[in-house]
Amino acid sequence: MLGLNLPVVIVLAAVGGVLAWRRANTLTWLLYTWVALWAFFKYGFAVPIPQSVATIYLGITGLALVCFASSSRERLSETAQPIVRLILEPRYRLALAGLLVALPALAAYNVYADLNVPLEAPGFGREVHPPPPTEMTVHDETVDMATAENPYLHYNHDDPELYGEHLENGRRIYYENCFWCHGDGMGGDGMFAHGLNPVPSNFNDVGTLPILQSSFVHWRIAKGAPGLPGAGTPWDSMMPAWEKFLTTEEMWDVNLFIYDFNGYEPRALGQH
Amino acid sequence: MTRNRILFGIGVLAFVSVIVTVRLGGFLVDNEYRQPDRQVAAQEELGEAELVPRQQGIADEQAADEAEARARPYEEAEYRTVPFVGSRVTVWVLAQLHLLFAAFVLAVPLFAFIIEFVGYVKKEERYNKLAYEFTKLLSVSFSMTATFGAFLTFALIILYPKFTNYLMHIFSPTFLPYVLLFFLEALFLYSYYYGWGKFGPRMHLFLGFMLNIVGTAIMFIANAWLTFMMSPGKRDDIDGDGVPDFVSAVSESGALLSLRDAFFNFTWMPINIHRIIANVAFGGSIAAAYAAFRYLQAKSDEERAHFDWMGYVGNFVAIIAFLPLPFAGYYLAAEIYAFSQTLGIQMMGGTFSWLFVLQAALIGNLFLGANYYLWLGMGRMEGGVHFQKFIKWLLIAIALCFAVWATPRYAISSVSEIAAMGGSSHPQLSYLGQMSAKNTAVNILILSTYMSFLLYRRTGRQSIHPHRQLLTRAQAIVFSSAAALVIFYGVYGYFVDSATRIRFAIPQVYSVLAALVVITVIDLPLYRNAAQSGETKWGRIPAVSQYALIFIALSFTWLMGLMGYVRSGLRQEWHVYGVILDTSPDAYTPSLGFATQVVSVTVLIFFGLIGVVFWLSSLSGKKDYAPGAAAEDGGRLEGGQAA
Repeated sequence: MLGLNLPVVIVLAAVGGVLAWRRANTLTWLLYTWVALWAFFKYGFAVPIPQSVATIYLGITGLALVCFASSSRERLSETAQPIVRLILEPRYRLALAGLLVALPALAAYNVYADLNVPLEAPGFGREVHPPPPTEMTVHDETVDMATAENPYLHYNHDDPELYGEHLENGRRIYYENCFWCHGDGMGGDGMFAHGLNPVPSNFNDVGTLPILQSSFVHWRIAKGAPGLPGAGTPWDSMMPAWEKFLTTEEMWDVNLFIYDFNGYEPRALGQH
Repeated sequence: MTRNRILFGIGVLAFVSVIVTVRLGGFLVDNEYRQPDRQVAAQEELGEAELVPRQQGIADEQAADEAEARARPYEEAEYRTVPFVGSRVTVWVLAQLHLLFAAFVLAVPLFAFIIEFVGYVKKEERYNKLAYEFTKLLSVSFSMTATFGAFLTFALIILYPKFTNYLMHIFSPTFLPYVLLFFLEALFLYSYYYGWGKFGPRMHLFLGFMLNIVGTAIMFIANAWLTFMMSPGKRDDIDGDGVPDFVSAVSESGALLSLRDAFFNFTWMPINIHRIIANVAFGGSIAAAYAAFRYLQAKSDEERAHFDWMGYVGNFVAIIAFLPLPFAGYYLAAEIYAFSQTLGIQMMGGTFSWLFVLQAALIGNLFLGANYYLWLGMGRMEGGVHFQKFIKWLLIAIALCFAVWATPRYAISSVSEIAAMGGSSHPQLSYLGQMSAKNTAVNILILSTYMSFLLYRRTGRQSIHPHRQLLTRAQAIVFSSAAALVIFYGVYGYFVDSATRIRFAIPQVYSVLAALVVITVIDLPLYRNAAQSGETKWGRIPAVSQYALIFIALSFTWLMGLMGYVRSGLRQEWHVYGVILDTSPDAYTPSLGFATQVVSVTVLIFFGLIGVVFWLSSLSGKKDYAPGAAAEDGGRLEGGQAA
């Protein structure tokens, strides 16, 4: 449920319940919170969360707990009192000795566990929206990326019949060339998609087409993977540079079609 | 006896060390490279005047170098380099240090003036004293600003002569007004500082007002230079089709077309707004750090009380300015995106986006630090225990929002983690990496911080307003409605397209701002002449609170350095975006790790220097040197040692 590992969540909640029932002191609650969150981040999700994110979360938790423990004189003394008693009172001598052995042992185990990880190649994240160049040349024509727009978009209002023709041409081009990877419904799930890493773009996604100017999409179609910028390399994209196979008009037509098919409008210049 | 033996032993050891060192030196000299004996013999044979072939070769080379140097025509240098650190890092560090001091010098008069004005209206001398205490920091900081400004100018002229010349070509008419304003600022600043108590209160307030006007004007001019480098023109709908067009202030070759468009360029006003607010937040935090420094040094309860209050006011100023800062930052980022999608995507989706995760961590720390300081401050008042129970819930809200804000959209992961997740984003946590979640988190953080402040304000006070119950409930309703609205838009944002989602940020911001205003308006009459269960005991705050103030100042400084780098680094290989290319060896984007190291070193240098400012400012409060007293002290010391 919700991608959580339920048995772990139940055990952690049960321990918390027992602590509440036993009216545990502040120090116990602080220790429990940190350990429970550590266990939750490590084992509480069906798909484990990356170590880097867990470290951020545990850092925040640690900071917040220190702030809480020292946020007033009374709370600080309440937190510190069990530790002082443990150190000073003779009846806890055995527990203190155990702790003195356990703490370094835990630190040593932590070092051992950190070093004893299997070797693996570093992972590479993927920039979904790499920044485009300021201008590009397509079929000997310079395109200013900031100002370029789809030249046929305005036909939508000015000449709907002509707009329909361009759209139809775009549809033909898409289903001849693009759907193999991007899919029938443009969900990035075409028949070749399973063999590609990263997977092809999903044009249904609300976070893709509407936030991009049509010049960006034109750049991606025309230049494909070989035209991706140096920053963020290495790129693993399999997108061909379609300027080698299609005319400029055909590329703008397919650009028009993918926006129209998904019911999105390109982001306008100057739009926030 | 034992002591004498030890001294004798040390003497022997020192003697042996000297012998060993001399012998070792002799050994090394004896074994240095020498010319082969046959060469010496050959030279003796040839006589003093004639050179062996090797020496002849060296002499020929020197002569050829000299001839080449004489024949070389004069050329204008495009770039010059600095050994080890490089030109870019040199200019980067100097510009950052200049900016940090300048921000401080611009901010302190702003709130010193306001505090003095409050003191004038309320007729309370303590405000006047506090404003003067803040102003004490200005004199040395102003010199530091000017020194680093001159240093930066020389560095630019020496290291980037061609580009600096180009900027002079564009902005030459603005330099003279800038210098004149700088002169006026010095005049107003020193008359404001040295004239404290020497002029009538209205005249003195006028000086403070003019100091602020002139200082802000100086910043606006400098902002035009730097924003021109990012957006050399404006966007305007010149063909009337409803779509803004780019109106460049310069021609394709870089020649100036319109100084007005270059000056009032696309990102000029967003930067002005962002910087004014950020300067006040930064200045307040540094002034609070000064108060913390003096608090920790304080010898008497009176001193502690004074600097505790000063730290509180400085931090209050910082936090009040900090609350609207994320909105101003959002506005600036949105304008950059609107100006150029390349810059926008580079900033939020490209390489620089990782720095925003760091930014989130720092801002989260700032919120946590600010709240923590307020909670500790409740200890100053009798009856503070009553509100302690809310701290737990506020802390949970803050930590949760902090965690949401720091969650990256695409996590740094190992290959096995990527394989388990089926990509770079986690199926559940990636929702927290999106704008809807971030906007919600920051708005709730602001509301929580304001709630902490309200609790602090009420600690030890009991409202005597006849409608206190009704008004308190009204405040609770406004607060919960704002929080509910923010969360509603945050969740709803996942079900709409991105263009609509981005627009949801506006009602979120307005509902929070409206809540802050309405609650404040209700709170003022509600707690006017409130009954106090005990007096506020300034100076009775745990020392750890003062370290929290220093921590806040450090985080602010680091944040400014980091975000300054993002804004400047976005241009990448351009000096002036799209017009003048950077062709120097430094025309590459450094790694994020390197950039953060430069920022960290700059922050350390700044804190070293601001420590000097603090120390110099604290000298004025020390007793005058009296030779008799010093001799007496010395005598006592010597006597003590002899005994």
